[in-house]
Amino acid sequence: MSEERSGAAILVECLARQGVEFVFGYPGGAVLPIYDELFSDTRIRHILVRHEAGAAHAAEGYARSTGKPGVVLVTSGPGATNAITGIADAYMDSIPMVVITGQVPTPLIGTDAFQEADTVGLTRHCTKHNYLVKDPEDLAATIEEAFEIATTGRPGPVVIDIPKNVQIATALQGDGPAPRKKRYQPRMIGAPEEIAEAVEMIAQAERPIFYTGGGVINSGPKATELLRQLQSITGAPTTSTLMGLGAFAADHPDWLGMLGMHGTFEANMAMNQCDVMVCIGARFDDRVTGRLDAFSPGSKKIHIDIDRSSINKIVPVDLGIVGDCGAVLEQMIACWGDRKCRDLGEWKARIAGWRARDSLAYPPGKDAIMPQLAVERLFALTRQRDPIITTEVGQHQMWAAQYFGFMGPNKWLTSGGLGTMGYGLPAAIGAQLGNPDSLVIDIAGEASIQMNIQELGTASQFRLPVKVFILNNEYMGMVRQWQELTYESRYSNSYSDSLPDFVKLAESYGWKGIRITDEAGLDAGIQAMLDHDGPVMVDCQVSKDANCFPMIPSGAAHTDMLLYGDLVGGTMEDEAKALV
Amino acid sequence: MKIQHRASERHVLTVVVDNEPGILAKITGLFTARGYNIDSLTVADISEDHAISRITIVTGGPPQVIDQIQAQLERLVPVHRVIDLTEEGPHVERELALVKVRGTGETRVEALRTAEVFRANVVDTTPESFIFELTGSSTKIDSFVGLMRGLGLVEVGRSGIVGMMRGAEGA
Repeated sequence: MSEERSGAAILVECLARQGVEFVFGYPGGAVLPIYDELFSDTRIRHILVRHEAGAAHAAEGYARSTGKPGVVLVTSGPGATNAITGIADAYMDSIPMVVITGQVPTPLIGTDAFQEADTVGLTRHCTKHNYLVKDPEDLAATIEEAFEIATTGRPGPVVIDIPKNVQIATALQGDGPAPRKKRYQPRMIGAPEEIAEAVEMIAQAERPIFYTGGGVINSGPKATELLRQLQSITGAPTTSTLMGLGAFAADHPDWLGMLGMHGTFEANMAMNQCDVMVCIGARFDDRVTGRLDAFSPGSKKIHIDIDRSSINKIVPVDLGIVGDCGAVLEQMIACWGDRKCRDLGEWKARIAGWRARDSLAYPPGKDAIMPQLAVERLFALTRQRDPIITTEVGQHQMWAAQYFGFMGPNKWLTSGGLGTMGYGLPAAIGAQLGNPDSLVIDIAGEASIQMNIQELGTASQFRLPVKVFILNNEYMGMVRQWQELTYESRYSNSYSDSLPDFVKLAESYGWKGIRITDEAGLDAGIQAMLDHDGPVMVDCQVSKDANCFPMIPSGAAHTDMLLYGDLVGGTMEDEAKALV
Repeated sequence: MKIQHRASERHVLTVVVDNEPGILAKITGLFTARGYNIDSLTVADISEDHAISRITIVTGGPPQVIDQIQAQLERLVPVHRVIDLTEEGPHVERELALVKVRGTGETRVEALRTAEVFRANVVDTTPESFIFELTGSSTKIDSFVGLMRGLGLVEVGRSGIVGMMRGAEGA
């Protein structure tokens, strides 16, 4: 039965039909009609955040951990602008998200009305697509297309800006999908001749490597299985970007660890020395490639990506395959058939040699806990529970990536492309809602955690037992590390002064607070965090001067890694300084 | 340290898009956001129901940048297809110009004579001025405008380039 409904009612009905369980949002003048619809709706649970940036990151955490699109609802003007960091973050990391923003009524658009911002203009280049809906007649079709665009092809955020009068005006809504032109048709499968060529190249390779990325995770859990299957039949050693961790099991003998700026020695050396590189759902980011003219100079490169614009964007490849990682992996496995893989013994022996350098080794702490040890202990004490780990951005993020072992997909949620401090706590909240029975831990730094610390209240309100594990070194550690390497240790503004008492702060929000100050208390502190049935914030005070190694310094090649104990000059050429 | 600039080549792209609000801003914004150049841009709707627009963009860059521009444009949801006319082969490029010239006596006669040589039409005339309408390649228009500078040129309006593949096939 078709029914005449207000724009707000059509929106809520569409969200329910899309299977939306949670809406992360914050009310305001321009979304009051929608909030009134939500008030009596029993299908959708609204999660009230404390800041709109938190809403967007929570939606990201929900999306990354469940594979379902995250939904955000914010008001016009500051509501929308506050959400933009999270939208840009989702865009960079290809996270499916639908963001509903209120807008001033259409007759007021362009008049500098109260809480007016040009949301469509502001989000144009940090969304996969965006809309301003000027008539409730168009709402249902727009929302359906928005979900399709956000979740298919290369996923990403889509913004729907809805003026207040469009929320109130009515239109007829039918029972089925709204009629619309189907115009978005991403290419999912690779061309058969390209698949055959790729398989032939891998079969002929003496020194193959799989370099996998977030695309494998985004493609869904099946892609992870297929990756593992293709790896087992080809025997190729496998490394991953930050975003792709978990697609390949960290305890597999052919796992090389993460690659790139803070990747392992063996991963980066193998990338440099391989003869066939298969890039699966990664994008040759500058954090991965290091100096471009020295990036894997002798290899043939195959690049599988659902986004044609990723291919040849930075590194020219010999064979580009446009398609969904999962679909292409399946095609490759079928095409491989019952071939035998070459004897890769010599290649693996070389890798074993690089591995023997033990590039993740770090010196014991003198008086303080080494942050690397803290992450290792956290991993050891939680791995049986298969936790979901979120992070903020900085040294702690890299240590988490290096020392926590990820065994499966959707368990590692971190801000990779945009590098957004303040991501981890709201993302943990979103992940906990989507995975109520999972252990969710935000590995944080004392500086990053303060960027969205207001979300402690959200976790309290919705009784979410998230854990925040702060590696507190009283520095913006990554900034301090770069200043040490580049600016002769002039620590300009990188010291965390006037820190709150994190234990008291936690308690004031109804959380449990735990402080860990020495190695002897480390395991007990972690155990106490795990034993508490509710949200816990741990202030783990770690060595103040520990640095994140191995490291490819800015402008250096994969073969020029700094390991712990290497002497550093403390200065850099201007060309290297100018790189990000 | 000095900033390095890279050599560039000129390409004409035809972009077929849904005629919806904001599409032009999406496209021009993409060029500025990613640091690409626009030398000229024309747009008009071309279908009977006004649902489809055709945009012609003249841009420049090294070959891999041109390839990226095409790929980035294709990522936009309202973009149906992008054709690189320069890459595809023989094609026609045309531009329209309106050129206002003011003068009397010999310069006025000379302006009119030159316009005839260039097959420009007179679309407005007063006792002391003409507006010429000229269609052709950009270089033809450049030379016409160049000649008019000495003959009392007042102002020039140019449409930017519209392009199409030669031959029977549609783009």
